[in-house]
Amino acid sequence: MTQPMISFPREQSALGLVFAFLGGALLLFIVAPIAGIYWDSMGGSMAEALRSEEVRDSIWLSLWISMAGTLLFSFLAVPLAYLLARRSFPLKGIVNGIIDIPIIIPHSAAGIAVLGVLTRESLAGRIANAVGLRFVGSPAGIMVAMAFVSIPFLINAARDGFAAVPERLEKIALTLGASPARMFFTISLPLAWRSVLSGLILMWARGMSEFGAVVIVAYNPKTAPVLIYERFTSFGLKYSTPVAALFVTVCLMIFVGLRIVKRKV
Amino acid sequence: MLAIEDLSFRIGGFQLKNIRFSVERGDYFVILGASGVGKTLLLETIAGLRPPGSGRIHLRGRDITMERIQTRNLSIVYQDGGLFPHLSVHDNIAYPLKSRGSKELDGKVNRAASQTGIADKLNRRPESLSGGEYQRATLARCLAADSDMFLLDEPLSSLDAKSKIELRALLRKLNREGITMVHVTHDYEEAVSLATKIGIMENGALVHVASPEEIFRHPKSEFIASFVGIKNYFRGTVRAVTGSDLKEFCSNGIKIYCLTEIPEGEVFLMIGPGEITVSNEAEAGSARNRFKGVIRDMIPARLGMDLIVDVGVEVVATISSDARNSLDLEIGKEIWISFKASSCRIYA
Repeated sequence: MTQPMISFPREQSALGLVFAFLGGALLLFIVAPIAGIYWDSMGGSMAEALRSEEVRDSIWLSLWISMAGTLLFSFLAVPLAYLLARRSFPLKGIVNGIIDIPIIIPHSAAGIAVLGVLTRESLAGRIANAVGLRFVGSPAGIMVAMAFVSIPFLINAARDGFAAVPERLEKIALTLGASPARMFFTISLPLAWRSVLSGLILMWARGMSEFGAVVIVAYNPKTAPVLIYERFTSFGLKYSTPVAALFVTVCLMIFVGLRIVKRKV
Repeated sequence: MLAIEDLSFRIGGFQLKNIRFSVERGDYFVILGASGVGKTLLLETIAGLRPPGSGRIHLRGRDITMERIQTRNLSIVYQDGGLFPHLSVHDNIAYPLKSRGSKELDGKVNRAASQTGIADKLNRRPESLSGGEYQRATLARCLAADSDMFLLDEPLSSLDAKSKIELRALLRKLNREGITMVHVTHDYEEAVSLATKIGIMENGALVHVASPEEIFRHPKSEFIASFVGIKNYFRGTVRAVTGSDLKEFCSNGIKIYCLTEIPEGEVFLMIGPGEITVSNEAEAGSARNRFKGVIRDMIPARLGMDLIVDVGVEVVATISSDARNSLDLEIGKEIWISFKASSCRIYA
């Protein structure tokens, strides 16, 4: 007689139960607060928040500035990601490390660092001022702060994407008469596109959620995270929660979009 | 057309040492060697994908050692994975045409696809092709690139037996139509059925370059002999025998009966030296092939002894020293050799 298949021995099924319980508690830890803000915003307060021009403007500002920064900085980040994936050069490990710095430093410190470079007294600030560009307290400044903290996500995703493209296909393209530029745009970039696109979406989502660095470079005009913070400090939890719920909804929609892109592209 | 002079370099564990050979226009040059001896490296160096450590490469009368990849006009075909996976077969074939700003795109794509027999697969994606169709599409793309020399890196190794035979026929056809081939492989059958010239590669060096007949009949080293394992190698024609399942192979006036599925035409025949029986009298038995001949030479082999027997062509038979003594064999003696029709291997 053969025994029916048992997926776990007896001792392990008890362990599995304990692990499932611990994991469930952790999931609850993530889901419950978010569900809480929706619970607290029921009864029309979210719709009311949506009717406020200030709220709509702040969400819109967060979305487009982050999008603009993502697109602008992608022209620098994607070529760098390609170099990191394909070439070996001295101090490459250090370059890879530098790219991750914005992720590990406190974002308020990142904001202070960015502000130091952008103030009118600095060289960059003086040059920008000379051409009529103002960073501090402006969308341009917010964009730089957002990009500073979110660009590692794009570079890392794109680098992994390029590294996964078989080098052989690039070589074949060259033997078929393609210039290196044509090779990059017709072979490397299309084949790495799924990773590059998910990097772009990650950078966009991370940038628009940024609070610490943005609030130091520009309190005004207010992005959604800054507005949520201001409402909380000035009027309390009750007034900030509906705005938070609205903005979290926007973020979740982008997040779901990202998951779909990752699966389909 | 292509001349390699003292090419040497080392990458990681691979090393190429003083590689030297030349390929004439219209040649089918096969580089035969075990896996991991640096054959791919050599092809990529010729294509310009890797810089050589030292040595020169001449192509069409010009020194191209330092020339750009794009202007060498050499097409490379790998074992697999050579098509661009995000492009249709049509767009893959059109790729070199677009790179060079060519006109009449569709006409040229269709012509290349017809030449390789995949004209009906142009809208397909590479991942939906069978192994044979995939390599046909790759070859069509090389044709569209208008290269007069193809560099083939084990192009048939991932194919099933039937596709292999079909693709060999296609490669021979393209070669006859004027494309010079440099083909690396570890498969001596491939070398036998395609090459007009063979180079044997051993430990990163090209140790013997000659015609297939020369290589297989007179291997220069123990390595080649054991690697190719074949000494009796004949080129000729095969035709059916009426009223029999046998076929008749003719070469230099000698007729050999064989069992093969290959239809009539030009073929190569091989017989293992160990499958040939030597006797002092004509023996009746199941062996369909019996020849009277003279022992021209007796060469001690790693095991036993190789007899070179002249039966109109030279045939090598390996026998034990014991058999030599009991049959009282010596150079100049007349003997009989026999072998079965089923021990003849025929390659188209």
